[in-house]
Amino acid sequence: MNNSAIFKSSIGKKFVMGLTGFFLITFLIVHASINACIWFNDGGKTFLYYAHFMGTNFIVHIIEVGLFAGLLIHVVDGLLIWKQNRAARPIKYAYNNPNANSKWYSRSMGLLGTLILLFLIIHLRNFWGPNRLNQIATGEELNLFTMMQDHFNNIGVVLIYLFGCFSLFWHLMHGFRSAFQSLGLNHLKYNHAIKVAGYAFSIIICVVFALMPVTMYLGLVK
Amino acid sequence: MKVNLKIWRQKNANTEGKMMDYTVDTVNPHMSFLEMLDVLNEQLVNKGEVPVAFDHDCREGICGACSLHINGRPHGPSHATTTCQLYMRHFKDGETIYIEPWRAKSFPIIKDLVVDRSAFDRIIAAGGYVSVNTGQAQDANNIPVDKALAEKAMDSAACIGCGACVAACPNSSAMLFVSAKISQLAMFPQGQAERDMRAQNMVNQMDEEGFGNCASIGACEAECPKEITLANIARMNREYIRSTIIDE
Ligand code: SF4
Ligand code: FES
Repeated sequence: MNNSAIFKSSIGKKFVMGLTGFFLITFLIVHASINACIWFNDGGKTFLYYAHFMGTNFIVHIIEVGLFAGLLIHVVDGLLIWKQNRAARPIKYAYNNPNANSKWYSRSMGLLGTLILLFLIIHLRNFWGPNRLNQIATGEELNLFTMMQDHFNNIGVVLIYLFGCFSLFWHLMHGFRSAFQSLGLNHLKYNHAIKVAGYAFSIIICVVFALMPVTMYLGLVK
Repeated sequence: MKVNLKIWRQKNANTEGKMMDYTVDTVNPHMSFLEMLDVLNEQLVNKGEVPVAFDHDCREGICGACSLHINGRPHGPSHATTTCQLYMRHFKDGETIYIEPWRAKSFPIIKDLVVDRSAFDRIIAAGGYVSVNTGQAQDANNIPVDKALAEKAMDSAACIGCGACVAACPNSSAMLFVSAKISQLAMFPQGQAERDMRAQNMVNQMDEEGFGNCASIGACEAECPKEITLANIARMNREYIRSTIIDE
């Protein structure tokens, strides 16, 4: 197998983008499902049970390393693609009407990705970072549920999280479908289903995520 | 009818260009867009000015020579139409029309609205063919061809190599064009022998020419005068990935 082609060629880079994209999508499903347990309204008991499993299980730790690697590859690959694409059109059109032939969010994946990355840095600093540091220092986990309640008491934080969900939503609206295409999975029979699944997934995942800070802020989570 | 034109003028590849204003007030609505430019050029020649250079050949939508980015869209506002088949009745009297060349690093400007599309020729030369032995004419039905595949291959073969896909793509990607040829030949029995080599060599040449990367934005598909679909790009992805994996 010609390994260099996968990272160097245009199609190889898309392939990597699609693969890592799918991987990150599976992560979103797991993350959203576990966090949705806060709505059992049992003082975070169910949620903390699963959070404890995710935070301490050996295999999950290994997958976590893979997750960060996947994210890093997705970001670096995306930057490489963005750089090449910019270079491919040194002189812009004086008059361009891109809305006549494509969607704004399809054309803004780099920007949306950057916004998500910025959000992710804030998000990791709020939860994952302090928790892991504490685990390393004391061997104890922090109470992620009360941390959520603390953070989401602040309207500024809630707004940042809503903005993060908004960026993720548009990124997924294009990314979900695009990942199939990049892996060559395009078929007249299934294209419509993929498209609908992509829209449904983007809406469901992002609404679920967005409702977490909102319901906590409104004091609906007990 | 009367139209105000803003046209990109550039003397040659080494000089800088700029948008220039012109007015044509003797336009017949039934003229094609290129005929309207012919009238403009006649006007310019009569005034002793240099006429606007633009590409054209068949003027019946089959050769792929005509180009032009018109009011922000390759081949103008009509769907699945080449510039030569675009008519002035689709514009309003007194309208201002922007006319620009295809913009891509891999399509350098030769003069005014004429760009050098020889990058496409080099990509085709890298593998967009089927090697055949000359000799006696074969019996037409010698090689069975699947009817459904033949239809699909025919759709892919409709590409006229105009470059509107590159011009429309925010990334100046040439993947719609390249995938049309790879798809067409991958679906025929005659194309099988060179199938893997073709996918590798054509994609490598495409990358070498400096075209951008596809991000499945779909502007190419929307603007292609021959309605080549994104399914071709997905097939090319499969062909390329497959040939990369089995490469020895
Ligand atoms: S794919 Fe369409 S737009 Fe691109 S070169 Fe062929 S005919 Fe022109
Ligand atoms: S001049 Fe031949 S396609 Fe337009």
